Parts: sequence; C-alpha cells; structure tokens
Amino acid sequence: MALDKATVARIAALARIKVTEEEQTRLAGELSQILEWIEQLDEVDTAGVEPMTSVAHQKLPMREDKVTDGGIRDKLLANTPSDNLTATARGFFAVPKVVE
Amino acid sequence: MTSLTELGLAEARDGLLAKKFSARELADAHIKAVEASRPLNAYLVETPDKARAAAAESDARIARGAARPLEGLPIAIKDLFCTDGVETTAGSKILKGFKPPYESTVTAHLWRDGAVMLGKVNMDEFAMGSANATSAFGPVENPWRRRGDNRPLVPGGSSGGSAAAVAARAALAATGTDTGGSIRQPASFCGIVGLKPTYGRCSRWGIVAFASSLDQAGPMTRSVKDAALMLKSMAGHDPKDSTSADMPVPDFEKALTGDIRGLKIGIPREYRLDGMPAEIETLWQRGIDWIKAAGAEPVEVSLKLTKYALPVYYIIAPAEASSNLARYDGVRFGLRVNKGETLDDMYEATRAEGFGAEVRRRILIGTYVLSAGYYDAYYLKAQKVRALIAKDFDDAFRRCDALLTPTAPSAAFAIGEKSDDPIAMYLNDVFTVTVNLAGLPGLSVPAGLSSDGLPLGLQVVGRAFDEETVLRIGGVIERAAQFTAKPQFIAGAS
Repeated sequence: MALDKATVARIAALARIKVTEEEQTRLAGELSQILEWIEQLDEVDTAGVEPMTSVAHQKLPMREDKVTDGGIRDKLLANTPSDNLTATARGFFAVPKVVE
Repeated sequence: MTSLTELGLAEARDGLLAKKFSARELADAHIKAVEASRPLNAYLVETPDKARAAAAESDARIARGAARPLEGLPIAIKDLFCTDGVETTAGSKILKGFKPPYESTVTAHLWRDGAVMLGKVNMDEFAMGSANATSAFGPVENPWRRRGDNRPLVPGGSSGGSAAAVAARAALAATGTDTGGSIRQPASFCGIVGLKPTYGRCSRWGIVAFASSLDQAGPMTRSVKDAALMLKSMAGHDPKDSTSADMPVPDFEKALTGDIRGLKIGIPREYRLDGMPAEIETLWQRGIDWIKAAGAEPVEVSLKLTKYALPVYYIIAPAEASSNLARYDGVRFGLRVNKGETLDDMYEATRAEGFGAEVRRRILIGTYVLSAGYYDAYYLKAQKVRALIAKDFDDAFRRCDALLTPTAPSAAFAIGEKSDDPIAMYLNDVFTVTVNLAGLPGLSVPAGLSSDGLPLGLQVVGRAFDEETVLRIGGVIERAAQFTAKPQFIAGAS
C-alpha cells in the first residue's frame, strides 16, 4: 500500500521521531516501496496457521518473586544526559516540565 | 616462528601453554596490529591497557598451572555487547559516550575463561545493515581488494568491524551478532569463519537489542576449530535471558572428527536464484562434490517459502526494533537534544538527531506494521508465514541431517554501491535470513575466491542445538577448500 505524507507524519509521531515536511515526502516514497515489496506475502495461503511468536521451544521459566538486584542508584545515574545536574546529584532523572 | 598475529585461537592457546611466548608478547603484538589496522576503521575503541592487564594475569595463571580455556587470547568485541565501563555505542550517535555499568553475559563468559579484550569494533547502526555503511562512526573497509582494482570494498554487515579485524589479523577472533545474516555474510565477504548458533544457545543479556526473537551472538574466527573453541565459552544458560536454553554445552571441539560418512546433506532447490552469479553456483557445486567425496550423501530438499523469508523479516525485525529502540528517549542515557519546550519535543528531537536514516526507516516501518488497523495484515501475516518457513525446515530435516548452501549471493561490493536502494541491500541476506526465522544454527566457511580474487563462503545449516554436526561438516569443507588466500591488507605488515 502506498503511504501518503499524512500517514508518515502520523507514524513518526507515534514513534516520537521528528520528521520535517521534506523528509515526509521522501519517506513516503521509500516506505511505500518497501511495503509494496513486503506485500508479496499476500500470495502465501496462511489459512489455519498459528502465528509463530518464538522459536524457543520452552516454557517461560518462573522464579520466586523476590528482589535479586538493586542498590545501584549512582551507577544508573552515571550515564544521565541531564542538563540539570542538581537533580542528578539528588538522585533523579531530570526531564522538561510535564505538569503545569 | 610465525608472526603471533597469524596464529589461530587454538594454536595460540597451545603456544602459550607450551611457553613458546608469553600472553604479554601475544597482547603486545595484537595491540600493535590494532593500531596498524586504523585505516580500516574497524575499531571504535581500543583498550590496550585492559589488554595488558589481562595478559599479565594470564601469564601469572599460566606460570602457576591454572590456565583457563581461552587464557591470554586477544579478541575484539562487537560494539553491540555492553562492556562494563567501556564505551558501547551500537554504532549509533544516540549512544555516543554511553559506558554501561554492567557486562553482557557473553563477554563475561569470555573474560571468565581468560580471553583478553583488544577493543570494541565497528558495526552497522544497531546492527541494521549489510555493508557496515550505516555506522554513525563511518564505514569499515574490507581488508580485501578486487584483483587489479583499488576501490575500497565493504566488509559486509552488520558485524563488519569484527570480520575486518579478524581477516586483517588485528584480533585472533571476534564476537559478532546475527539477526538476519550479520555474522555469516561479513564472514563470507572477509574470508573468515562465522557461526550463528541456535537461538537460545548464547544469552542475549547485555547485548543491545535489535530484534529479540532473532538476535543471537556467535564467534567470528579464522578456522572452524577456533569457532568451536570460542562458542564453548560464549554459550550457556543464563537466568537473566528467559529465552536462553537451559541445556548442557557440548565440547564443540570434540565434534570435529572429520568423519561425515553416511550423513545426508540437503541441497535446497529454491536457493538456485535467477540471476545468481555463475561462480556462486560453481562454488556450491564444488562444496557438494567435497562432501560427497568425504562420504556424505547430498539429497535435494525443498524450502518452498524461501523467497518470502526477507519480506517476513522486514516486518518482524522492524516491528521488534521499533519496540526495543523506544528506550532511546534522551532521559536516562545517551544523547539528549533539547529543542522546543515539552517532553515530547525533547523525545522527538533526540530521536531524530540520534538515529541514522536506516534506523529511522526501520522504526517507522515497524511502528506502521504494529499500528492499529495494520497489525493483522502485516505483523500477524508475517508471523504465520514465519511458522510455515520453520515448518519447511522441519520437513527438510526429516530427510537430511544438515543443509549446504552459499552464504551470500555475491562477493563483497564497493563502498557506496547499493546504498541508494534499501531492497537491493536487503537481498544480501537472502540465504541467511531463513535460518534466523527458524532459529537454527548456521556456519559460514570460506570456500574459494571469485574470479576477481574475493572470498566466497559456503553455509552449513543444522537442526536446532546441533552445532556439533554443523561444525563437523564445516570442518570437512574447510579441509577440502584449503582456503589459504590472505587479504591485501594485513595489519602491521609493511
């Protein structure tokens, strides 16, 4: 299916990637080409076929519900790209204001 | 004495134990080779101090008779593996400067067994690519050149830095990861051995995730024996990866008996592609003759949905990637770009600037095929065809013990070629991607040279968790092929 600019803008918003007007046009073309190629799958009869979600032929393992890790706050904060170092020093990730 | 950088893992291990040279000497020779390999752009980070420290420990252990399986062996690590305190970027600007506070399970296993880290090697951004051309830190050059043509060639991808470093003798071996062919295709392009193990054989914990149902780590080496040796260390159950298989790890080296008499080797008829270069066809036939001469029996099998494997992959892999890459949002690590005012503005600007064109393209495809109204038509359809592709393999393995195919439909191409047509680039993985979809082990072994002097690989595919048969057949092909050609660029050779 051919994607139009509006659809590109919509999925870019869903994916949280800023896409300029100009890029929307180029991407609409590129993505349409890829989707058209993908759509050859319609030739395959999949009636009654169970979708495959994993090749691992095993049940997901269960474990006891207890804490096995933690106490590494400073390690987790060490890579923070924060421009608010006070927040990081206090043990927070800082982000732009989200509540008015 | 042969130059220390020319040795295989197994030979270097034997030489160290026989005290023919020290781990320090072996490390120093490789540190020099890593420096000399800089024109290839294979290494993103060099860790000579770590290498020397590890080598010193290795020498001490060897002296007191407490050597571990990979004691003192210098290797390169694909930049997709998180390494404690050592920058890990996955080839992306969005992770520039990221120093993981933990070590991936696979690399932890390698260090536990005494291996020595030389550095982190370049790759396609987030492992998305087949030419190492999408790396944010520039392309890697293949150490091989066409005869009579000096244009730089791609090393393949996404484990292009790994393949180039090993081929150029700037590491004894390297780790790679393979989601659609990312170990095997660069191994073929660079004339080395690359093994993608069965899904679940190696833990994915601490490997930057691309497509979680397909990703698998494996060894890239200069011999089949070395691949067996290295896989033994990399593999093993890990409670931190719920898809990691809880089963014993065989001694893969022992599988290399050279005896494949009586094995049935499937030759999938759908792999004879229209327009495939005649020399790939010839190489494949030579491989069939070799296994026949060794007493195995080739049988024709059908993998009838082969042509649909790439379209399935280009739904499933981007879908999983769009979800996995949601974590790069500028909040906790990596790049942050503050443009606009809101949190969403920050996310969108960060991800637009941080991701390269191919990664953005795949996230958008993945987001689209998972979005409301399209999920059934694309994602569910792909999962169903994937089930049929896996069934094709099950049916084939009722008639044979392993499959023999070419690794890639061509030899290495020039840097810049195919880069403006995503689908032409995707077709590089036509013979390898089916194996990921079915979760099977696949091995690429260098088997000959193209008419213009470039390496070509043959691929052996086995049943799930039967790397032993795959390696055994690979060993026979390796011996028959007598692949002794070397690339034009050898690190440190003047």
